[in-house]
Amino acid sequence: MDEKYFEMKDLSVGYKGKALIHDICIDIQKGEIVTLIGPNGAGKSTILKSITRQLEIIGGNVIVDAMDIRNMSYKTLAGKMAVVLTDRIKAEMMTCHDIVATGRYPYTGRLGILTREDEEKVEAALRVVHAADLGHRDFKAISDGQRQRVLLARAICQEPDVIILDEPTSFLDVKYKLELLTILRRMAKENGITVIMSLHEIDLAEKISDKIICVSGETIFDYGTPEEIFREKHIRDLYNINNGHFDPMFGSMELPGPVGEPEVFVISSGGTGIPVYRMLQKQDRPFLAGILYPGDVDYHLAKILAAGVITEKPFHSISEETLQKALAGMEQCDTVIYAGTEIGEMNRRVQVLIDEAEKAGKLEIYETSHGD
Amino acid sequence: MRKMNGNSFHNEIFRRRCRYIMVFGLLLVAFAVITVLNINTGSVNLSVSEIADAIFRRNGNEAAMDIIWKIRLPRVIMAALLGGALSLSGFMLQTFFENPIAGPFVLGISSGAKMVVALVMIFFLTKSMTLSSYSLIIAAFIGSLIATGFILLVSKKIRNMAALLVAGVMIGNICSAVTDFVVTFASDSDIVNLHNWSLGSFSGMSWSNVQVAATVIVTTVIITFCMSKPIGAFQLGENYAQSMGVNIKVFRALLILLSSVLSACVTAFAGPISFVGIAVPFITRACLGTAKPLIVIPGSFVTGAVFCMVCDLIARTAFAPVELSISTVTSIFGAPIVIYMMIRKNSRL
Repeated sequence: MDEKYFEMKDLSVGYKGKALIHDICIDIQKGEIVTLIGPNGAGKSTILKSITRQLEIIGGNVIVDAMDIRNMSYKTLAGKMAVVLTDRIKAEMMTCHDIVATGRYPYTGRLGILTREDEEKVEAALRVVHAADLGHRDFKAISDGQRQRVLLARAICQEPDVIILDEPTSFLDVKYKLELLTILRRMAKENGITVIMSLHEIDLAEKISDKIICVSGETIFDYGTPEEIFREKHIRDLYNINNGHFDPMFGSMELPGPVGEPEVFVISSGGTGIPVYRMLQKQDRPFLAGILYPGDVDYHLAKILAAGVITEKPFHSISEETLQKALAGMEQCDTVIYAGTEIGEMNRRVQVLIDEAEKAGKLEIYETSHGD
Repeated sequence: MRKMNGNSFHNEIFRRRCRYIMVFGLLLVAFAVITVLNINTGSVNLSVSEIADAIFRRNGNEAAMDIIWKIRLPRVIMAALLGGALSLSGFMLQTFFENPIAGPFVLGISSGAKMVVALVMIFFLTKSMTLSSYSLIIAAFIGSLIATGFILLVSKKIRNMAALLVAGVMIGNICSAVTDFVVTFASDSDIVNLHNWSLGSFSGMSWSNVQVAATVIVTTVIITFCMSKPIGAFQLGENYAQSMGVNIKVFRALLILLSSVLSACVTAFAGPISFVGIAVPFITRACLGTAKPLIVIPGSFVTGAVFCMVCDLIARTAFAPVELSISTVTSIFGAPIVIYMMIRKNSRL
């Protein structure tokens, strides 16, 4: 099963004979989802346009199903590869059915008259993308999200082995983004369709892709599984970010935390601290967080946003030493915010912290509005 | 579930086909009526039975036979053929430039053809040589290609469609100026003919003209009809068309060549005729409720034929015995339609 279906061999791509990116060597298996990520203008679209023959390939080969695409007729290629492009479609007087039906092009006769079977395939494709009820509507009169789904149905209707999508999620709201990616995922896994696409949302890329291609600079920056690619430093280097953080655990981007001498000490655990951290971040008040166990969800964010985090080894009871460190930290701060935590056998000493803060008159209690 | 069936693709296609049949039915009726009207009206009015006798049984009085066979019949056939050709040429240019307001006249292609034809005509006339219809078409074709080539060069530099149209109008004006210049200095005896022609007219068509025009136009239309499928794909944009299996380079070249042949043929025989190329495909699409080339290509051809026959009838009879130039009449009907299209397009953007 591990045979490669789609291959880029020493591929160089670019415009007007000038290579923008060169020596791309990537093998893709059947049914894999491969996502191109990278900063704007890095050449994601250039690569996609070259492998779909919209742009002349400058060097090397693109091999689909053991054949070089340049030796294939456009018609043969159309039977193997379908696209969803960012081009605005100007089509006048076409219903969504008509748009999807254009996917049948490689299979219809000389005059392109649809058979009953073609009609049914059009409707089936619309059902796959949950857009059956859009069929009779004018393509120009539907929303961006609906349009994108109809265009995907068009690609599905072409019955390809590979679907190539250029930024399929731009302009879509969260709901449609998730829906579109879920459909792609199902297509890839159930029907063995290879998906190659570019995405802006790296968090989604991490979650949907089997392989990630990082595009930046003159060669491919990196290629591998999401686990290999999504490391904090790596993503920051790829996008050249120096004013924020990437959280590889959740695949989310974080704005930089407040810097300077800590003013606030936050006591929390199990997620209760997160809204407090965000609040302090927005108020630009540097803070300390503690006492947290690494692995606590609060710890992940605190590590990125807080001026300092006081931790204890996982599953150990809080030592006297750690408590002293926390108390010293609290001393520095004007305010202590208690966001709530379960107190048990292991973290008994957190109660000491709370009591000390109260004695010093620094304690504020943060009530989560949606505690349950 | 039953409700869904009403909107099923199959039903949608069925409803459309009913509409196509209705519209084509009406077009054919209009075609028949206007053909008869064209033959029986004029300085001598002929009854329908006289016409039928003259055409199908070839009997009748000599005057009627002459009027029908030598003057009106070739003229009406020419109006139909050239009107259809012009509309189709417009439709192809609109597809090519992805703009509904493109056409052989606004893009200056007709005027380019006119200029080369005028130059060639005068050159041959001064040497007292006669020109065959085919050489006129070839001259017009060369003129069309020169103007089209220029438009293509401009369109590479300017992506803006409005600017492209302005460029087309400029080319048209330059070519017309050159034509007027040579017509002004041509010797007296040639002028009358040339002047009439350079304004556009269906008058003075002979059967040999009809034969040549029919051969060229029918062939081109059949080839175009066979290209319905890739033209339909191209309506989604060239990148999608290519991904569906269209060889874009070959396709684009063919589209331009075919459209140039058609507009060249029209210009060679009837001179430049304005607005038909834009207005007729627009009306056709609106009536048929589709942009599908498989339907719109024959539809535009027939509508263009009917449109030009109506306009020619008006040109001939409105101020008889003075005959209007065909462009005068087509402009009166065509220009408002084009203006309406532009307003509608902008209001939707």
